[in-house]
Amino acid sequence: MGDTVQVTMNINGTAQSHDVEPRTLLVHYIRDVCGLTGTNIGCDSSSCGACTIHLDGEAVKSCTMLAVQADGHDLTTIEGLAPSAEKLHPMQQAFHECHALQCGYCTPGMVMAAVSLLDEVPNPTERQVRIGLEGNLCRCTGYHNIVKAVLQCAAEGVAK
Amino acid sequence: MIPAAFDYKRAGSADEAIALLGEYGEDAKLLAGGHSLLPLMKYRLASPAVLIDIGRLSDLSYIREDGDVVRIGALTRHRDIEISELLKSQVGLLPEVAGHVGDPQVRHRGTIGGSLAHGDPASDLPSAILALRATLVIKGPNGTREVSSDDFFTGFLETAVGPDELLTEIIVSKTPNATFGFQKFNRRAQDWAIVGCSVIVNNGSCGVGLVNMDSRPVRAAGVESAIAGGASAADGAASAADGCEPPTDLNASVEYRQHLARVLVRRALETAGK
Ligand SMILES: Cc1cc2nc3c(=O)[nH]c(=O)nc-3n(C[C@H](O)[C@H](O)[C@H](O)COP(=O)(O)OP(=O)(O)OC[C@H]3O[C@@H](n4cnc5c(N)ncnc54)[C@H](O)[C@@H]3O)c2cc1C
Ligand code: FES
Ligand code: FES
Repeated sequence: MGDTVQVTMNINGTAQSHDVEPRTLLVHYIRDVCGLTGTNIGCDSSSCGACTIHLDGEAVKSCTMLAVQADGHDLTTIEGLAPSAEKLHPMQQAFHECHALQCGYCTPGMVMAAVSLLDEVPNPTERQVRIGLEGNLCRCTGYHNIVKAVLQCAAEGVAK
Repeated sequence: MIPAAFDYKRAGSADEAIALLGEYGEDAKLLAGGHSLLPLMKYRLASPAVLIDIGRLSDLSYIREDGDVVRIGALTRHRDIEISELLKSQVGLLPEVAGHVGDPQVRHRGTIGGSLAHGDPASDLPSAILALRATLVIKGPNGTREVSSDDFFTGFLETAVGPDELLTEIIVSKTPNATFGFQKFNRRAQDWAIVGCSVIVNNGSCGVGLVNMDSRPVRAAGVESAIAGGASAADGAASAADGCEPPTDLNASVEYRQHLARVLVRRALETAGK
């Protein structure tokens, strides 16, 4: 029981291929095997959203997926969002400008969820932003500045 | 939290999944979106020796018009139901309910088939399936059979799907002129319903499905006949909790759940124009 399986996926434009135990969670694969530690683990039980990444462009919680389920797919993590080392992604820029983070622990997941939200609802109302980020918890900010940042990014119309 | 070790098998077709279920029997579990099963495995409340991944059976992910009905493949994700224009125009209750399941990340992974086959009495979609009097298509080694929604949920986490069977399709009647309402009471964002209900009113007939009011999702038959007989929303909803044996837990006592059922059914009936 528990023979390893080969998984191959594209993470942030780079092909990754490793032998993993089938029970390896995607978030552990991303952090421990691929060394991409920008994706955080908060609750480890699909509640907080800190582990949110994009699977084929859609936000998912990587603590509630097996690495084998992502085999063959395109993934983006927080490291893959910015266009270059010098320039932030518009959502990251908006978080920066609106002071949408304090300790920053929720931020990678929050930003990934927010980008996915604007992809699905490009011009959300404030209520749509609050409900759209329902799967992400922040213990510091009280959410107001996060919502402001998402609305600012939407208004700029450059979320993608 | 890491699940206990298991062997991983990827099914290439529904038939292959059924054959694998036959081969590994009780030790095996199907994996669809994994958003009910993986949390259980992480908590070690479930430790299947073999996981049969059906998540890639894209031929079981569809929403298709067929005469008077709409057919939905079991692997269709909550998100795809939530945004389906066909369902919005023909069976509006389903996208409404699917849009209330968990959060966006959950809806990107979870499937309608997994949600129904799991048989959780607190899940949202069963309320709609019961109110709509849907038909469920189950495939096993000896072919397919159809089960009505009334016979599908058999007990706590138990359904009519046998150990060597697969839920493949959900069939719902088109009711473009129906009115409907969905109510879900929870304390925190993203939580399961403490009590939830779906209501549909079509041509004078009425369907009401309740979740977390018994060990399995149930219909509120008394409300249905009262509304069909012309009762007001308030009068009809008065019998919402009749015959139910709701659970009691940290969130709610039996009496509180009974009260919630009456209030939520009234609100859902009012949303449906009653
Ligand atoms: C954080 C979080 C919040 C959630 N909130 C809600 C909520 O508010 N309301 C709600 O209703 N649900 C909620 N869910 C559950 C979610 O809807 C799940 O997606 C759903 O219950 C199961 O679908 P799945 O495809 O993930 O199934 P899986 O987890 O893969 O499978 C569930 C069970 O069904 C079996 N199974 C799966 N597919 C089939 C099939 N086709 N035939 C036979 N058996 C099958 C599996 O073997 C397993 O036993 C939540 C989940 C999470 C993680
Ligand atoms: S760590 Fe995945 S949701 Fe909290
Ligand atoms: S900034 Fe600290 S948890 Fe969100």
